[in-house]
Amino acid sequence: MKQRKRAFVRGVIGLAAVAAFTGVAFSQSGQPVKIGLLATLEGPFAAGGADGMRGAELAIKQRGGVVAGRKIELLKASSDAKPDVAVNATRKLVEQDKVDIMVGPLSGGEGIAVKEYSKTQPNTTFINGGSGAQATTLANPSPNFFRFNTEGAQWMVGLGKAAIDKGYKRVMIIAEDYAFPYSQVQGFMSEYCRLGGKVPVKAWVPLGGKDYASVIARIPKDVDALVVVLGGADAVNFLNQYEAAGGDKPMVGGSITVSQDVLNYKGKRRDSLVGTIAGSPIADAYDGADFKAFVADYQKNYPVSSGGYPSPSLFALVYYINMKAALDALEAVKGDLSDGQKKYREALSTMTLKTPVGDVKLDANRQAIGTTFVTEVVKDPQGNLYNKVLRKVDGIDQMLGMKKEDFKMGSRDEPNCP
Amino acid sequence: MAGGASAAAANEGRTSFLPGAQIDWDAQAWLKRAWRHVSARHVVVLLFALAYPWLATPFLTFQIGGQALALGIIALSLTFLSGYGGMISLAQMTVAGIAGYALAIFGNSIEAAISLNWPWWLAAAIAIALGTLAAAFIGWLSVRTEGIYTIMITLAVGVAFYYLCLQNYSVFNGFQGFQRVLAPQVFGVNWREPLLFYYLALFWALASYFFVKYLLRTPFGIALQGIRDNPRRMNALGYNVTAHRVAAYAVAGVIASIGGVLMVWYNGLITPGSVGTSWMINILIIAVLGGLSHPIGAFLGAIVFVLLQTFAIDIIDRERFNLVIGMVFLVIVLFSPDGLLGWWARIKSKFSPQRGGVK
Repeated sequence: MKQRKRAFVRGVIGLAAVAAFTGVAFSQSGQPVKIGLLATLEGPFAAGGADGMRGAELAIKQRGGVVAGRKIELLKASSDAKPDVAVNATRKLVEQDKVDIMVGPLSGGEGIAVKEYSKTQPNTTFINGGSGAQATTLANPSPNFFRFNTEGAQWMVGLGKAAIDKGYKRVMIIAEDYAFPYSQVQGFMSEYCRLGGKVPVKAWVPLGGKDYASVIARIPKDVDALVVVLGGADAVNFLNQYEAAGGDKPMVGGSITVSQDVLNYKGKRRDSLVGTIAGSPIADAYDGADFKAFVADYQKNYPVSSGGYPSPSLFALVYYINMKAALDALEAVKGDLSDGQKKYREALSTMTLKTPVGDVKLDANRQAIGTTFVTEVVKDPQGNLYNKVLRKVDGIDQMLGMKKEDFKMGSRDEPNCP
Repeated sequence: MAGGASAAAANEGRTSFLPGAQIDWDAQAWLKRAWRHVSARHVVVLLFALAYPWLATPFLTFQIGGQALALGIIALSLTFLSGYGGMISLAQMTVAGIAGYALAIFGNSIEAAISLNWPWWLAAAIAIALGTLAAAFIGWLSVRTEGIYTIMITLAVGVAFYYLCLQNYSVFNGFQGFQRVLAPQVFGVNWREPLLFYYLALFWALASYFFVKYLLRTPFGIALQGIRDNPRRMNALGYNVTAHRVAAYAVAGVIASIGGVLMVWYNGLITPGSVGTSWMINILIIAVLGGLSHPIGAFLGAIVFVLLQTFAIDIIDRERFNLVIGMVFLVIVLFSPDGLLGWWARIKSKFSPQRGGVK
């Protein structure tokens, strides 16, 4: 008898624990608008992810945490550049925390996976964070996934010509082996090959790889430059190892190879980055008034002493742009998210977004048409590296100015001009 | 009933009771015997598991419940191998991953150029068969080693498979893996709906659990435990130690493959990241966290693991949430070498002194 009672007591305690747990999960409602924010705080893009979060938070701070009279409640999540982790984190924000708007993720493969997931959640609006794979909006686009940043291929427009102008006739490509670098390489090569450049070797390396010895050994003697499309920790690892191997070829950088999060690493090879040209949606030294105001605001809110960069990174800018789009459209519809967020999405699709680097409009696939810079790394008197503007190209769409029939999405083998 | 339950509980873990050894039995007697093993906590746990989706949100059902069950099944295969066979294999996630990749390659995915688009049941059957074969192969490779060397060799196999997936494009599609590997539509319903997926995972979790429980009482299971405790003596008694161990790997392979298929349906995708070292070690963490002394430990560990993975970021912000996860693991293992099961046993012995000490 005594034992049965004990079992009962045990059961009650167990149920109470469960109830307490689910109770916590259920307690949510109210006026504030809930925005989910996903970036990579782990893995190869941890530094970029943290800066992306700064950018998104800056957009909220500029509005004093209020949009259309509703308080903004920001819920954050982290991933590690793996698609399944990104979808799990997004699912938690959307289904458990019930966010109205979801901003993220950061990396290309994640973007494609989250876009696929967005199709199963028609009542939530998804806005990209920093991911820049072409396929996200070009293949099987999702009706509730919006991207206000230009993507990897668009970022490289103008760079092919700049490389030819620098006298690089043959280059080798070293890029990570996934969707985003495919896009970057396509953006570069489609222009570079058209102008007569040759790419005899492409080396695709795994994301998060640590050892580049075999790649370095494959660099042919007769190439004029290396096109390095590596991000975050990978870029730093490659640069260090290339330096240790005595490499001295000039470089052409992908958009995240010479972003602030890489330029600020304390490696020896750092200085040899001076002179590297790159294509990017951000140029540290761009002197547009809006951009200067954005940089000043970033520096005020996130001084170097508290972990910020001397100048906002690419990820800070694109997260800022996407979060700003989310908030501006909310303001435009006066916070009205009723009717499956119909009005809100209408506003997103038709708005002209003012960004620090110029106006952005969306195309029919809800993909940004915007501005890109061709930049060159220089050193300022304090010893900080930054990107100087060589050229600014406006109004780039996802077809890169090609006809739809001629356009082929980037992959390992496409384009090809050995 | 209460007395019977306590007697049955006291019997648990001993090897004196062997249904397999008795040949002449009828269904009624068997049921009676099975009933003697059922105690209040079994009923409570089963009822709770069945009722859980009706109490929880679809999110909690799917991401916590479904994921924990699928991971628990994979961890169960490790619990079986290490708890009863004395072999710690880090390659259980690899086996699950092989099954998962096979499912994506023979079944459907967004990669139309690679996926063969065979019917789901055929793809799933092939996946489990291939996973089992691979597990037997890994077992055959590693059974002649002991302790840390088993860990090393299975780790090597796992890492090799990870890099194969990462760098092979013709079959494994490299870094991108396979997206949109959807669960089948059977009987006109989508088995990836939270509720249905949960029950699907629950069914296989219960099936694997009772299969392991049953197997441990068969002559094979007893011999395996004997081999764990003293392989030399078992060898002297005429048992083929190697064959038993390889068979144990194959059995664990079946279980891990089932878990692998469920994980792919759960994620809707498989990429090299799913079979990387972090996941290989996560399975070990889950098994150790729950406790290796009983098959239920794998599921307890999985629940705690998934809860932490999902909600730790709410407790502490930003970059530091992995610290919470690590601390909890450390505290559990530090204060109870036998994981959560060890705590359970300690609590039990505290509240019911007549049941004796920690088992």
